[in-house]
Amino acid sequence: MTNRPTTAPENGPEAVRVERPVVEFLRMYVRNWAAVAGFIVFSAIVFAALFAPVILAVDPFDMVWMPFTPPGQDGYILGTDNLGRDMFTAIVYGARATLVVGGSAAGLTIVIGLTIGSLAGYYRGWVDEVLMRITEFFQVLPPLLLAMVLVALFEPTLPTVAIAIGVVTWTGVARLARAEFMRIRELEFVKAARSIGSRDRRIIWRVILPNALPPLIVNAALTVGIAILFEAALSFLGLSDPNVMSWGKIIGDNRDYLLDAPWTVTIPGVAIFLTVLAVSLIGDGLNDAFNPRLRER
Amino acid sequence: MLLLAVVVFNFILLSLVPGDIADTLAGESGGASQEVMDDIRRTYGLDRPFHIQLATYVGKVVQGDLGTSYYFNLPVTELILGRIAPTLLLVVTALVLAILIGTLFGVIASRRPNGLFSHFVTVLALVGFAAPVFWTAFLLIVLFVAMLEIMPLSGLVDPTTPRGTLTWYLDVLHHLFLPVLSLSSIYLASYSRLARASMMDVLGSDYIRTARAKGLGETSVTYKHALRNAVIPVITIAGLQFSHIFSGAVVVETVFTWPGLGTLAFESILRGDTPTIMGILFFSAMIVIVVNLLTDLAYRLVDPRIRSARNA
Repeated sequence: MTNRPTTAPENGPEAVRVERPVVEFLRMYVRNWAAVAGFIVFSAIVFAALFAPVILAVDPFDMVWMPFTPPGQDGYILGTDNLGRDMFTAIVYGARATLVVGGSAAGLTIVIGLTIGSLAGYYRGWVDEVLMRITEFFQVLPPLLLAMVLVALFEPTLPTVAIAIGVVTWTGVARLARAEFMRIRELEFVKAARSIGSRDRRIIWRVILPNALPPLIVNAALTVGIAILFEAALSFLGLSDPNVMSWGKIIGDNRDYLLDAPWTVTIPGVAIFLTVLAVSLIGDGLNDAFNPRLRER
Repeated sequence: MLLLAVVVFNFILLSLVPGDIADTLAGESGGASQEVMDDIRRTYGLDRPFHIQLATYVGKVVQGDLGTSYYFNLPVTELILGRIAPTLLLVVTALVLAILIGTLFGVIASRRPNGLFSHFVTVLALVGFAAPVFWTAFLLIVLFVAMLEIMPLSGLVDPTTPRGTLTWYLDVLHHLFLPVLSLSSIYLASYSRLARASMMDVLGSDYIRTARAKGLGETSVTYKHALRNAVIPVITIAGLQFSHIFSGAVVVETVFTWPGLGTLAFESILRGDTPTIMGILFFSAMIVIVVNLLTDLAYRLVDPRIRSARNA
């Protein structure tokens, strides 16, 4: 930890510029224009998802017009699908399932991964041994296949899908957290905390975790992207809630008509692609903002 | 040990399923009397206590017997062995292509870190990560099948081609093209970024400066000295990600109705064919473990230091 002067000098440009960490962080983030674009796109998608019932007060499952109306024709901006449902409505409502499942699955991934990784990295020894065997176990099973089995076993509802994704994707987070904890626990300030008699729980949560956060936050953006891709794949395969509109489901429903009505498959794909792209650009921006080595570019 | 854990886990997991083979068969034939259902359960050993069933299953797996598929009424092992070749062909080709081309891209990009090609690699990596693999596959189908009309839509081979002839092999390659391209695109993108980063790292090291100082040409420095070290992270990640590539293959196979393990897995899940699902999970775990061993061997091939360290 660097020692920053606590009072900012107010005189002239010659003085050392001292910024509050938050301001500095934002300045670094804004410098990466792609990350800003990613943030704007992602906010727009979140906005659409949140206010879908307000913007478009219709049921995305309603059959509104002739099936396979091409985009732009008869007032349907993105056309209609195999059952004559409006694609634009489906895309707007589909954002809800994608974000809710993607977000909660990613949250679960991080909770499981962080818990296992931090315990293994902090306690080492037999705890580490046992937890890493479990991690290895999950690494040898193909994640999507296991998620498919889990969803099929239990009812295909949104919570099941989110849990299934969380259960199969946490190993990466666990390994990262373990490595960070193993590195940081040997540092001076942790020894200092221990020497003044702090308990393990305090050291893990209040001393080590804040210092391990930056790589974990950057990784979290990646995790959200992966969770969205898993959700898309599962609902594409028909292994998700059939009563909830989602982007993967639109593609799955229309895949047989790909050659005749390609927009029914390509457009929802663009939505998935843009969302994941936006999330990973945000991750890049966070990485720049956190990583001091890249700061003076 | 790990494999045993996989077997036990699968068994416990799949015995949590509500409903069993008797229910499925009864459902398909439009109802059955209690006696018939009890009879079916007895045939499949489902009337015995849970731990006996588990022990029986583990004992059989050790002998290479993965049980009998409910749907096909065939030994699962036979079923899997019949489907494994197309999947391995797809996965291995995609992986090898992704590593070779990805490394090549990374090397070219690393020679001019701020050049046009390097930016191309950055964009490629972002796009490759964000594009869902089934979407990539459909876009390729629209391009190559619908617009250019030069590629077959699905399947492993044209059924009219006589098996075993040269045309047959060429036809398989023809059918292989789009699935491999879809599957390898994701990994190609991430490997090229990884290869570039590790190349740039290696090119800054002392021994490369020495190589240059003694007057070696840039080509020799790049390909003979630097590449060897730069390729190690790519191999590591490729080995670690193998189970993910296998997952990707499930999706790609269903898109192209490729007659491999992925299609079988997907269909078995829809059919509730428990023995087949357990068999496939077990088999894919085994393949991943074998690949991890091969990764270790590949290190030794690439890095002489590991060889001597292990022998010392």
